[in-house]
Amino acid sequence: MWMAILLAVGLAVLFGVVLGIAAQVFRVQGNPLADRIDELLPQTQCGQCGFPGCRPYAEAIAKGEADINRCPPGGESTIRNLADLLDVEFKPLDEDLEVQEVKKLAVIDEEVCIGCTKCIQACPVDAILGAAKQMHTVIEAECTGCELCVEPCPVDCIDMVPVDEGVEAYRFPLPESAHPVVTRGFGLRPEEPVNA
Amino acid sequence: MPEARVAVSEGLYGFHGGLHIEDHKAPACERPVEDMPLVDEYVLPLHMHIGAPAIPVVEPGERVRRGQLLARPDDFVSAAIHAPTSGTIRAIEPRALPHPGGLSAPSIVLAADGEDREAEPFDPWPDFRDRSPVEIRSRLREAGIVGLGGAVFPTAAKLATANPGGVETLVLNGAECEPYISCDDRLMQEEPETILRGAQVILHAVDAARCLIGIEDNKPRAVAAMQAVIDRLAAEEDERRFEIKVVPTIYPAGGEKQLIRTLTGIEIPRGRHVTDYRMLCLNVGTTAQCWRAVVEGRALTERIVTVAGGGVTDPRNLRVRIGTPMADVIEAAGGYTEGVDRLLMGGPMMGFALHEDEVPVVKATNCLLALRPADRDPTPTPQPCIRCSRCAEACPADLLPQQIYWYSRAEQFERCQDYHLFDCIECGVCSAVCPSHIPLVQYFRHAKTEIWYAERERAKAEHARRRFEFHNERIERQKAEREAALAKKRAAIQAAQEKKAREQAGEGGGQPAASSGDGDDRKAAAGMSIEAARQRARARKAKAREQSPNTVSGGGQRSTGEGRDTGHSPGAEGDS
Repeated sequence: MWMAILLAVGLAVLFGVVLGIAAQVFRVQGNPLADRIDELLPQTQCGQCGFPGCRPYAEAIAKGEADINRCPPGGESTIRNLADLLDVEFKPLDEDLEVQEVKKLAVIDEEVCIGCTKCIQACPVDAILGAAKQMHTVIEAECTGCELCVEPCPVDCIDMVPVDEGVEAYRFPLPESAHPVVTRGFGLRPEEPVNA
Repeated sequence: MPEARVAVSEGLYGFHGGLHIEDHKAPACERPVEDMPLVDEYVLPLHMHIGAPAIPVVEPGERVRRGQLLARPDDFVSAAIHAPTSGTIRAIEPRALPHPGGLSAPSIVLAADGEDREAEPFDPWPDFRDRSPVEIRSRLREAGIVGLGGAVFPTAAKLATANPGGVETLVLNGAECEPYISCDDRLMQEEPETILRGAQVILHAVDAARCLIGIEDNKPRAVAAMQAVIDRLAAEEDERRFEIKVVPTIYPAGGEKQLIRTLTGIEIPRGRHVTDYRMLCLNVGTTAQCWRAVVEGRALTERIVTVAGGGVTDPRNLRVRIGTPMADVIEAAGGYTEGVDRLLMGGPMMGFALHEDEVPVVKATNCLLALRPADRDPTPTPQPCIRCSRCAEACPADLLPQQIYWYSRAEQFERCQDYHLFDCIECGVCSAVCPSHIPLVQYFRHAKTEIWYAERERAKAEHARRRFEFHNERIERQKAEREAALAKKRAAIQAAQEKKAREQAGEGGGQPAASSGDGDDRKAAAGMSIEAARQRARARKAKAREQSPNTVSGGGQRSTGEGRDTGHSPGAEGDS
């Protein structure tokens, strides 16, 4: 009887020590769930979700403090991916937020820009180039279209323009949603070339 | 004569699936290739090859001659673009492309002057055997040579990837398995020597030991013409590396992996390249262009285009300058027939319908197919998949199209990839055999492009994330630096004050400076200096008193002494 109790206590202590050491040695740095959520977010860093950037939003989702439907740039596909990852029901984008259909890019009207550097400070991804009293310009390849630079501009010289994503980004539509191609121009060629 | 067939070579292997289809090659393949007359305007899209778009090196208004470089390759996988004729650059602007989505892209617009003067872009190298593989590759790159079978992959890049392991066998693809298309057939009949000489250049460049030429058995005249030149080369130059293999006409025998499987029995596994098996596969039209680029020093500015289908009056093969508007090419083939309603680029199996005919012929344009409703198979409304697996039986890539279809439709793209979506060559056999008339290939194209798009987005997001993290790190660092600088400055001020106070205290009699805070310090310092001033004043007064008896004795100086004394007395008295 005493033997059995001692054995059980001994084993408990042993396992406790092993588990304690393992918890120290194999400690997971950071929050892996937040990392996986962060990977699904579009990283525009626009803050429309109410958090200062995608990472804080991811952390809030991981803690259960924020809903999955608060990311307008990600749109429906991001919400679907998040729903899959977290095994929750899909829900449409939060009604307070505006659905963002086309991708946009900030463009500075270089004639109007006074070089105040306010947009540079607002840009979360350092996509604006310029110095005090020098004209600023947006590095197209780096702009995420977050619109954070539009508000601070005192002379209202930043426009959000839809991006032409080019031929590389073409996606074939599903056959059921595709319109049949109707070829134009069978013998209907104008006499004079249009661009002459 | 499409009915006549030559005997299929012995010792061939086969590939899985495939389809016997009516080839419709006549009447276009019955007529010799004709030169397409010059037109007024040529449009050259900067991106008409696999890889990075070319970068223009000319300005609007510049005069150019045929063969002159218009745009240079931008990357390892990219191709140069040359002027198809002489004339003036009209503009560099977005123009409609031959594209399934009817998109536009930046293009160089060339207004022809009709003189067709030639530039001499490169030195001819009749002695190509003295040139190194690197020299030949860079020539192919500069001449804008891409695979003319339809994939338009830059040939120089293909040769470069082949080099490390070496190449044993060059496979020339003259199968041309798709219905209606006969440009390679005509080329093999009319210019067999150019093709084989070009193959010699490639054999030299990759140091290959033999060259297998795969031709389908429905092209007896092409086989005869090629064989005649091979026999002559063997007799005259002891060139014994060439061997023609006549393959059975089964669509898609001209697919790269399918042809290699048929000729050598080697099945290229998933994820591996043909070059991993010491082989290289080129289209016959490509090697002919290699000969022109390397030995004759000419750039790629034209190609043979089959104009076919019931929608054109006079089907034929035309030698067309790259950039010619398709409407002009159709006109050169006699124009449209009554009732035409669809124009395809490429064949009926793998081609796509064009949105308009005012788009240019590009390097990939092997065929223009104009069709009337009567020329096409009827397209009944798709019915649900009954999982009969006929598509899987017919798939030449040995896939399970019904599964990929299922997951493409459900937008479960990861599952599509589990079923090896990217091994699909989009040959269209599955759609053709489907008893439910499901356009399977369209689903696969949808899935492929969606996956590519998602990958691009992911890469962009990752880039933005890194920049955001760096931005935050920088802001934090700057804040810390600012604070550190401020703290340092404050410490410096304090130290300076303490030092000053200590100095003053030392002068006044070595009283220790009590410091308990900034304000107290200052008060104490002020008090000390006042105290020091008083002591100085007292000392002076005491001195004056000691001196006063002496001054009284002198008559004239007395009044001054008294005056001084009285002047100081009130303060001095008050003090003491």
